[in-house]
Amino acid sequence: FYLTPSQVNSILKANEYSFKVPEFDGKNVSSVLGFDSNQLPANAPIEDRRSAATCLQTRGMLLGVFDGHAGCACAQAVSERLFYYIAVSLLPHETLLEIENAVESGRALLPILQWHKHPNDYFSKEASKLYFNSLRTYWQELIDLNSGETTDVREALINAFKRLDNDISLEAQVGDPNSFLNYLVLRVAFSGATACVAHVDGIDLHVANTGDSRAMLGVQEEDGSWSAVNLSYDHNAQNEREVERVKMEHPKSEEKSLVKQDRLLGLLMPFRAFGDVKFKWSIELQKRVVESGPDQLNDNEYTKFIPPNYYTPPYLTAEPEVIHHRLRPQDKFLVLATDGLWETMHRQDVARIVGEYLTGVHHQQPIAVGGYKVTLGQMHGLLTERRARISSVFEDQNAATHLIRHAVGNNEFGTVDHERLSKMLSLPEELARMYRDDITIIVVQFNSRVIGAYQNEE
Amino acid sequence: AARMFLRLLSDIQWRAAHPRWRMTGSQRSTSTTAEPHPVSLPAQAQVVICGGGIMGTSVAYHLSKMGLKDIVLLEQGRLAAGTTRFCAGIVSAARPLSVELKMAHYSNKLYQQLEQETGVQTGYMKTGSISLAQTQDRLISLKRIASSLNVMGIPCEIISPKEVLKLHPLINIHDLVGAMYVPEDALVSSANVSLALATAASRNGVQIHERTCVSHVTIQKGRVTGVETDRGRIQCDYFVNCAGQWAYELGHSGEEPVHIPLHACEHFYLLTHPLKDPLSSSLPTIVDPDGRIYIRNWQGGILSGGFEKNPKPLFTEGRNQLEIQNLQEDWDHFGPLLGALLRRMPGLEALQIMQLVNCPESFTPDMRCIMGESPTARGYFVLAGMNSAGISYGGGAGKYLAEWIVNGYPSENVWPLDLKRFGTLQSSRTFLRHRVMEVMPLMCDLKVPRWDFQTGRQLRTSPLYDRLDAQGARWMEKHGFERVKYFVPPGSDLLDLDHSKTFYKPDWFDIVGSEVKCCKEAVSVIDMSSFTKFEISSTGDQALESLQYLCSNDLDVPVGHVVHTGMLNEKGGYENDCSIARLSKRSFFMISPTDQQVHCWTWLKNHLPDDSNLVLEDVTWKYTALNLIGPRAVDVLSELSYAPMTAEHFPSLFCKEMSVGYANGIRVMSITHTGEPGFVLYIPIEYALHVYNEVMNMGQKYGIRNAGYYALRSLRIEKFFAFWGQDLDAFTTPMECGREFQVKLDKGLEFLGQEALWEQKQNGVYKRFTMFILEDHDTDMDLWPWWGEPIFRNGRYVGKTTSSAYSYTLERHVCLGFVHHFDEKTGEELVVTTDFINQGEYEIDIAGQRFQAKAKLYPFSSLFTQRRRKDEVELSGYQRE
Repeated sequence: FYLTPSQVNSILKANEYSFKVPEFDGKNVSSVLGFDSNQLPANAPIEDRRSAATCLQTRGMLLGVFDGHAGCACAQAVSERLFYYIAVSLLPHETLLEIENAVESGRALLPILQWHKHPNDYFSKEASKLYFNSLRTYWQELIDLNSGETTDVREALINAFKRLDNDISLEAQVGDPNSFLNYLVLRVAFSGATACVAHVDGIDLHVANTGDSRAMLGVQEEDGSWSAVNLSYDHNAQNEREVERVKMEHPKSEEKSLVKQDRLLGLLMPFRAFGDVKFKWSIELQKRVVESGPDQLNDNEYTKFIPPNYYTPPYLTAEPEVIHHRLRPQDKFLVLATDGLWETMHRQDVARIVGEYLTGVHHQQPIAVGGYKVTLGQMHGLLTERRARISSVFEDQNAATHLIRHAVGNNEFGTVDHERLSKMLSLPEELARMYRDDITIIVVQFNSRVIGAYQNEE
Repeated sequence: AARMFLRLLSDIQWRAAHPRWRMTGSQRSTSTTAEPHPVSLPAQAQVVICGGGIMGTSVAYHLSKMGLKDIVLLEQGRLAAGTTRFCAGIVSAARPLSVELKMAHYSNKLYQQLEQETGVQTGYMKTGSISLAQTQDRLISLKRIASSLNVMGIPCEIISPKEVLKLHPLINIHDLVGAMYVPEDALVSSANVSLALATAASRNGVQIHERTCVSHVTIQKGRVTGVETDRGRIQCDYFVNCAGQWAYELGHSGEEPVHIPLHACEHFYLLTHPLKDPLSSSLPTIVDPDGRIYIRNWQGGILSGGFEKNPKPLFTEGRNQLEIQNLQEDWDHFGPLLGALLRRMPGLEALQIMQLVNCPESFTPDMRCIMGESPTARGYFVLAGMNSAGISYGGGAGKYLAEWIVNGYPSENVWPLDLKRFGTLQSSRTFLRHRVMEVMPLMCDLKVPRWDFQTGRQLRTSPLYDRLDAQGARWMEKHGFERVKYFVPPGSDLLDLDHSKTFYKPDWFDIVGSEVKCCKEAVSVIDMSSFTKFEISSTGDQALESLQYLCSNDLDVPVGHVVHTGMLNEKGGYENDCSIARLSKRSFFMISPTDQQVHCWTWLKNHLPDDSNLVLEDVTWKYTALNLIGPRAVDVLSELSYAPMTAEHFPSLFCKEMSVGYANGIRVMSITHTGEPGFVLYIPIEYALHVYNEVMNMGQKYGIRNAGYYALRSLRIEKFFAFWGQDLDAFTTPMECGREFQVKLDKGLEFLGQEALWEQKQNGVYKRFTMFILEDHDTDMDLWPWWGEPIFRNGRYVGKTTSSAYSYTLERHVCLGFVHHFDEKTGEELVVTTDFINQGEYEIDIAGQRFQAKAKLYPFSSLFTQRRRKDEVELSGYQRE
C-alpha cells in the first residue's frame, strides 16, 4: 500500500502558508520579501506551534517556532502571547501611554500586530481576557519604569521572554474562578515549550532562542554555492557552555545529578523552556498548587511527580540567548525550525536545498553549445531531463513544504524517494512519533536589492 | 558567436563590387574604435531617414526612385546590422490582412529582380512555403487565407498531407489534416536585400552615413525642422523613424514626444550543420503554427525558430540593459520549440547544432506594423514594429511610406497600419510589455472572429462599468475603452475563453438575439461612451465656415439639428464619418467613431485655420453616452423628463439639452446609430449613474434591458449602415456607398473633395457598396462569414466583404462589401452601374466554400414597417462600429 503522489502532496501541503510582503508600485522597500511556513505533525495533536506577525507601531517583522512538550498547552499560549510581549517591550513611552489611555477610556486600541496566520493556527478565545490583563499589567509597569532610553531590541526580547514566563507561572499560582480557565492556566504552566524567534527590521536581524529549536541563515557564496550560518545555540546537553551554565547555577553537590543521560535532571531534553514549573517551583509550591487544583490535575501522575534530586530550584529558565546579525546581500534566507527538522537534516543540506529551491531554474547553469558537437536529439534529451528536474521543484509552491519533503523522504543519496515518503506519511498515529518528531519550519526570504541599498547608504 | 554569424548570413562581397559607398572607411572589423568619417554630414536635406535596416533602406530606395534627390540615411552602427541581419529571411504572402498581403506580394516581386538591378547577391530563392494544419480549425483559417491569395492572383492551394510529403520528404504527416501551399513564397538573405536596396538608393543619390547616431529630432510649431546627431545637425523637412526596436525611444528622445507603441521580445532560432545529404536550397519553407515553429533550409541544413507561449520581453527600461550582440542563447526556453521541430521532422535527431540565435524582434499592441505620420509633428514619419515579418513587408511598406511622403497619401488604404490608430494611452511601457507578451504567442494562435486582447484592459472605462459588469456584461476593448459585447443572463453558462474560439455559430447567439428583440419590441440601453466627442466653437462664424469646408453635408442648419456627414479628403474619400449637432449658432458638437480620437483630431488640427477665436476641444471624457433603442424609448424618456418626446415635439435628428430625472443639462439626440427609433443621451459623467438608474427604474414597466455592441452591430448591418474603419475608408467616397444625399454639392460653398465627387457624379463610380443576403447558408452548420471574404459575380471575382452579421429579423446572414467591375480581358476597372449590380448572380466565398447571395443596393423596407416616424435620413444614415 502506497499513497499516491497527490495524496502525499495533500498531506504535506495541509498546513502550508505563504506570505509575500506587499509591493508598492513594484518597489518592495522591506528587507523581507516574504516567508513560507509549514508543519508536519507526528504527535496527535501536534505539539509544535508557529507565529508570524508584522509590528504595526514599530518597524519590523516577528517570526517564531515553538516546540511544546508534555502537551501543547504551553506552546499554544506562547505562540499567542509572546509577540505581544515583544511588541510592547519595543514600544516607545508615548505609544504605551496612548494605548493605556485608550483602554482606560474605552476607546479603540491602536493595533499592535498584524498576524499572518494559517487557518489552522488558532487563538484561544476563552483566555484572551486573562492574557490581556496580564499584558496590560506589564505595559503599566513599563510606563511607570519609563527610563527615557530608546528601546534596545536585545533587551526587549530578553525582557519579553522572561516576563511572559513569569506571567505564566503567576497565573497558575493565582488560579482563575472560571474552572475551564483555571485548568487551562495550570496545563500551560505544567507543560513546556521552547521558542526560537526572529525579529527583522531593515538589515538588523535578532534571533532570540530558548531551547533546542534552531535558526539558520542561508548564504550564497560568490561561486553560487550555498552555506549555512547558525544564528542560535541549542540549549541542550550537546552544548558544553549550556551544561557549564546549569552547573554554575547549582551547588557542586548536585553536579552529577544535574545532567543525566543528556537530560536535565535525567528528564528534560531542552535546558531552557517556557512553562515546566515542575523544574522551576519549589516542592511546596508544586504540592500546594496541585492539591488545591482541579481533580484532573490531582489525578495526573505526571504533575504530581517531583523530579529526582530536586534540591535548589529553579533548574530551568525561559531567558533567551539573543544573537544580532547585520544582513548582507549574500544572506538570502533564514530558516527557523523545530528540532524535528534538525534531527533528520544537516544544516548544510538545508541551506543547499532551500537555496536551490528559491533560486529555482534561474540557477541551473545555462547550456551553451559553444564548439561542442551536439545533435538536436541529444539536446532535446538534455532539455527534457532538465525540465523534469525543475518540475519536481515546482511541485512545491512553498519552500517549507519542499524542505519537509526532503526531511521525510530523503534517501541515502539525498534525493526524495517517493516510496519512503509515502511510508513515513502513512504511519499510524501511535507509530509516527517513533520515526519522526513534529516538524515546523519557517523560511524567510530576504530582499537582497533592498539590503544592498541599506548597505550603500551607510 | 554572434559575430561569426554576421559572416555567415551577410555576404560581404557587396563592398568590393560597389566601392562607391559614401561611408566610413571602416574595414568592417569588429573593433569598436571610432574611425574618422571621411564625408561630413550635409547641413540640410529634404528627408532624413534614421535606421539602416530593411525598412530604412527600403524607404530610401523608393523615395529616390520617386525622384526625391535630397535624402540622407543615418545608421547608428552599420547597415543591416540589427534585427535585419539576424532575421530568418522568409518572404511569405500568407498574411491574414489584405494590405499586409499586398505588401508582402510586392516585396517578393521587388526582391526577385533586385539582384539584376543592383548586382548585389540577395540569395533570392523561390522555394514556396507550406503551412501545416494539425486541426480542422487551423485548416479553416488557412483556407480563408488561400481564398484571399487566389483572388489576388497569387498561386496557392490547399493540399493533403500526402502531397505535403511529396513536396518535403522529411515531414512527419501523421498528425496533419491538410496544408496550404504557396509556391511563390521565397527565401532571401535579408541583410543582403537591405544592402542591395541601399546600393540602388545610393546610386540614385541617397547619402548614406553609417556610425551616425540620431540623438533627437527638433520640432517647431508642430513641424519637423531638423535632426541632431552625434556628428552635427541636419536641417530637414521630413524625418523617417525606421529605428526598429529603438523607434519607441527615439520617438521619446525629443522635447515633444512622438509615441510609437512597440516593444521588443527575444526571438530564438536554431541553425544546424548540413545534413549528410545536404538539403536542397529549393526545398519549401515549413510553417507549423500548431507546433509554433517555422523551418527553412539553410546552407544544406535547417534554420528553425518559433513563437513560444512564454515570450521574453526585453529593453522595457530602454536599451541600456544589454547590447543586442550580447544576448544569450537560452536552450531551456527553446526546449518546447525544439520538441515541436523533432516531432515534425524526426529524421533530424542526429543533425548537429551549429548555433541558437537570439534575435530580438519588435511587436505592437495589435500585431500590425506601424507606419505613417505622427499626429503631433508634421513631417515626422514612422515605419517600424514589424512583428517579425519585416522582410516580408519591407518592400511594400517602404513603397507605401515613400508614396505617403511624396504624394500625401499611399496608394492603398493603410488605416489598419496607421500610427494614428494609437493614442498616447498605448504608449505606457507597462502596457506594452504586458501586451506584447500576449501578442507574440498570438502569432501562432488561431485567428478567430471577434478575438479580444486580454492584457492591457480596463484602462478607459465608463462610470457605469461596475454596474454593467455586475449585471453580466462581457467586455471588448476599442482604443483602450471597455465596451459591452452582450450581457450574460444569470444562470446561463457560456464557454470559457479558450473554448469559445470558433469559426462557426458562437455560444452567445441566442443571448444577442434576445437583446436585438428587445431593441425591436421594447427598449434597450447601450453604453456608448467610447465614441469620440469634439466641440468646435468660435466667436464669429469661423466654426461654421471651417466645418462647411471640411464636411460634405450642409451644416448651416437651424440650431438643434443633427447632420450626418463625411469629412472627405481631396479625392472624396472618407477621412471621418460623423454626426454633428449644432448647439448654437457658433458651436458644434461632433460625434465620431471611437478610433477616430487621434486621427480626426489631427485631421481637424491640420485643416482648421490658425485662429485663436476658433476653439477645438476634445470632450470625449466629459460625457457618458447612453443609447436608448426601441419603440418604447420615447415613453421612458418623456416620463423621466416631463417633456413630450413624440415625433411632433422631438423629430428625428434633433438635439436638445433637457433634464432627465434630477439631472439637468443632458444632451439628448434623436439618433440611435441603428435605424431603430430612440435617443442617445450625452450625460455629464457625474450624472451618469443617476441617469442610468432612473432610466432602468422607469424603463422596467416598458421591459427595458441592457444590450451590447453585438446587438447594435446586427441591427446596423441588417439596415445596410456602413461603418468607418470597417466599411468606409479614405479610398471610399459617399458616391460609392449610396450616400449622395449626405453630399451637398450645391451648398454654394467649396468643400474638400467636392471636385472629385463632381467627377464621380458625372462619370460614375468604380466600386459600389452592396448588401448581400446569404441564401443557402445554414447558420447552425456552416462557417460564419466574418469580413474579407471574396465576392464572386457570375463566377468572377468582383471584390471583398467588409463586414457581416447575422440578422435576427431576416433570419439570414448579411454581408456588406464592395463590388468592382473588372474588364474580363484586361482586368481594367470599369464603371459600376446599378444594372451591373442588379444583373449578377452572386456568391460569397467563406474559407473556400461558396454560398449564394442576393445583392441589394438599398435596405429592406419591410424591416422598417414598425417604425413610428418617417425619417429617411436616419434610415440610410451613417453607422459605425
